[in-house]
Amino acid sequence: MDESTKHLNELLAKHKAGILKPADRYEIPPQAMPAQDAIARRSNVSEVATGYTETQARLEALRCLGCKNAPCVAGCPVKIRIKDFIAPIVEGDFKKALDIIRENSLLPAVCGRVCPQEVQCQLPCTVGKKFKDVDKSVSIGRLERFVADWGRKNHDKTNPKIAPSTGKKVAVIGSGPGGIVVATDVRRAGHDVTVFEAFHKTGGVMVYGIPEFRLPKAIVREEIEQLKNMGVKIVCNFVVGRTRTIKELIEEDGFDAVYVGVGAGLPQFMGIEGEHLVGVYSANEYLTRANLMRAYDFGKGADTPIAMSKRVAVVGGGNVAMDSARTAVRLGAEKVYLIYRRSEKEMPARVEEVHHAKEEGIEFHLLRNPKRIIGDSGGVVCAIECLKYELGEPDASGRRRPVPIQGSEFQIEVDTVIIAIGNSANPLIGQTTNGLELNKWGNIVVDEKCKTSLDGVYAGGDIVLGAATVILAMGQGRTAAAAINEYLTGK
Amino acid sequence: MVDVAAPLVAAAAKPGQFVIVCLSTDYSERIPLTIAGLDTQKGSIRLIWQAVGKSTAELANLKVGDTVENILGPLGKPTHIEKFGTVVCVGGGIGNAPLLPIARGMKEAGNKVISILGARNKELLILEDDFKAVSDEVIIVTDDGSYGRKALVTEPLEEICKGASKPNLAVAIGPGVMMKFCCATTKKYNVPTVVSLNTIMIDGTGMCGGCRVEVGGQTKFVCVDGPEFDGHLVNFDLMMKRMNAYKQLEKQAMENYEQHKCRLKDIGTEAQKNSKF
Ligand SMILES: Cc1cc2nc3c(=O)[nH]c(=O)nc-3n(C[C@H](O)[C@H](O)[C@H](O)COP(=O)(O)OP(=O)(O)OC[C@H]3O[C@@H](n4cnc5c(N)ncnc54)[C@H](O)[C@@H]3O)c2cc1C
Ligand code: FES
Repeated sequence: MDESTKHLNELLAKHKAGILKPADRYEIPPQAMPAQDAIARRSNVSEVATGYTETQARLEALRCLGCKNAPCVAGCPVKIRIKDFIAPIVEGDFKKALDIIRENSLLPAVCGRVCPQEVQCQLPCTVGKKFKDVDKSVSIGRLERFVADWGRKNHDKTNPKIAPSTGKKVAVIGSGPGGIVVATDVRRAGHDVTVFEAFHKTGGVMVYGIPEFRLPKAIVREEIEQLKNMGVKIVCNFVVGRTRTIKELIEEDGFDAVYVGVGAGLPQFMGIEGEHLVGVYSANEYLTRANLMRAYDFGKGADTPIAMSKRVAVVGGGNVAMDSARTAVRLGAEKVYLIYRRSEKEMPARVEEVHHAKEEGIEFHLLRNPKRIIGDSGGVVCAIECLKYELGEPDASGRRRPVPIQGSEFQIEVDTVIIAIGNSANPLIGQTTNGLELNKWGNIVVDEKCKTSLDGVYAGGDIVLGAATVILAMGQGRTAAAAINEYLTGK
Repeated sequence: MVDVAAPLVAAAAKPGQFVIVCLSTDYSERIPLTIAGLDTQKGSIRLIWQAVGKSTAELANLKVGDTVENILGPLGKPTHIEKFGTVVCVGGGIGNAPLLPIARGMKEAGNKVISILGARNKELLILEDDFKAVSDEVIIVTDDGSYGRKALVTEPLEEICKGASKPNLAVAIGPGVMMKFCCATTKKYNVPTVVSLNTIMIDGTGMCGGCRVEVGGQTKFVCVDGPEFDGHLVNFDLMMKRMNAYKQLEKQAMENYEQHKCRLKDIGTEAQKNSKF
């Protein structure tokens, strides 16, 4: 028996005897996430974080104090009963843990991997507060992932019960996390559901954005399979607004309600000189080529002609920037620079991703921002010119505003530049749907039930919130589905 | 040229719009092709292309009855068609294909339509008869003089612009250089000019920005803001540079494909017969 198993058994004995004190729990070391070797993983696309072992999961679960006021739940956008699912992990009853998570979250294997836990449930955690270090909070996300993966391995798929057919038809536009949740919840109520997806593959950002090494596509596929098993119809290569408009879906095709979950869309560029040069990509394009069209197999069959970049600059500090930089490493780049205009503290990316990116040899250039991109005579990128910045007064977002330092220009030689500074709303649905209210940024306006200005039309996720998160999209999906079910009952 | 059964696309398609064709789900480039015609009764659309890279070559090797993995569309904003007066339609090479439905639409809206069709040589000229059916006048030019006038399309275009009845609108579709010089010509005479751009495309829904062009100093996305733009505002030089972006890699993919074909030949004719190549 190894050390940690012995440790676990001792703790379990004390726990059963009811003599495990909070002080004992504080002493349990936070369990580190096992990961693939940093050098080895530079040249593969397998998942980086390999997941807790059973012993680790139970040790980590024992760190939870089970606080009465459960501050963690307030940090969870979908209000998962956190301590209630952690307690059965200690006992080894993973099925029970999973059932409790499933009450509130339909995609635990996804959320356990991609949620920014350190600013959600793990931020207010009492254990973390005690150590004044959020990294020492109970790793709720890793436990969620452990339980979800246990369920996948043990084929624990409870096929949700479906109410008798109501004869009502619902169209879900977009197969991202929001769309998946709406389809599930609305189908459960007995309505006939069709999901329309513009791409040839389903799953939204979870398949074309977030890379395989962070979120294995098999997980997303299983969720879609589940939808099909429930009798949800899925139509790919169908652009709502072009192939059919929302009005046509409702008035001619007989849909009684519509959910719009089309995501963020339109990548932003910086508006600097040289952005049209060959070798400058939006992160969306770069990641889509890499993920969806499998550029990492180029030469073996993948035809997408993604540049064989050797020296890459990525601009931005969010998850999208980290994913782009780490994808470039895997596509064979020798040098990858991450350029971000604030300091590391302000980076919106998940802490684990920043950590993994550094381990993989990505060079961080903080407090730097591009001024222009320089091309050679053939119009191909050859360098990027940046300015150094310093942090000034806090801005509207509460973060300290980066201020350029005059005359601090310097150049880095690169052959590829990836812009990952965010998206603005895709105008297609707005342009083709009369009477749909949009805000000044082009996002769809909804009420607290996720209803739009049109009757029977609901919306959620990134198209409403701007670039948000998987869990927020899921949360809105839940709200919208409840409202749709209510609306159809009255109809 | 093929007719593909795609009833939903056929029902919704309007002149000026395009589709994206995908040959296989996992490994394929997505090919944007303009809709050259449709048959709403049969529910089919007509696509015309030139085999330049591996994907278009693969597409060219399909036989009647074969299926493509999927077709997405119709995409892009439809052409603005109304009665302008006299409309000159200028097509170069494969650009004649997307131009045809526009010329027809313009004619049906009551315009006088003059079509100028250009090609490198007689063999490469397409759709002449179709244009004759929808135009008041058709002018043919070839680079080598093997058919029609030996000239570039800009020559007759300039004559028409200079002439007594100055056209109210020009529509130019073809290679980047051709559109660039057509616009330079019409600009001199202040003839408003619409061009249809066929940049690289991936999603076709405005998600990737791969199709971006500079129009009037602003970044525009061809798939959602276009494909048609005011030709006098388009930065053609930037666009042509971007179009060359992937040439090297396209070439490599094409070579791999050719090698693959050779290997297949070695394996024997039987294998070749069964293969879709
Ligand atoms: C690279 C990257 C990394 C990210 N990392 C994280 C992370 O670690 N954690 C996290 O929580 N969030 C992350 N996000 C954000 C998260 O993925 C999104 O917030 C979330 O996916 C939004 O979900 P959604 O339901 O709005 O739809 P989306 O996932 O955006 O999907 C929308 C779908 O609609 C389809 N569509 C669009 N227009 C149409 C149309 N007209 N007709 C039919 N279909 C259409 C699209 O093709 C797409 O499949 C990341 C995003 C990216 C790009
Ligand atoms: S093709 Fe991707 S944005 Fe136009």
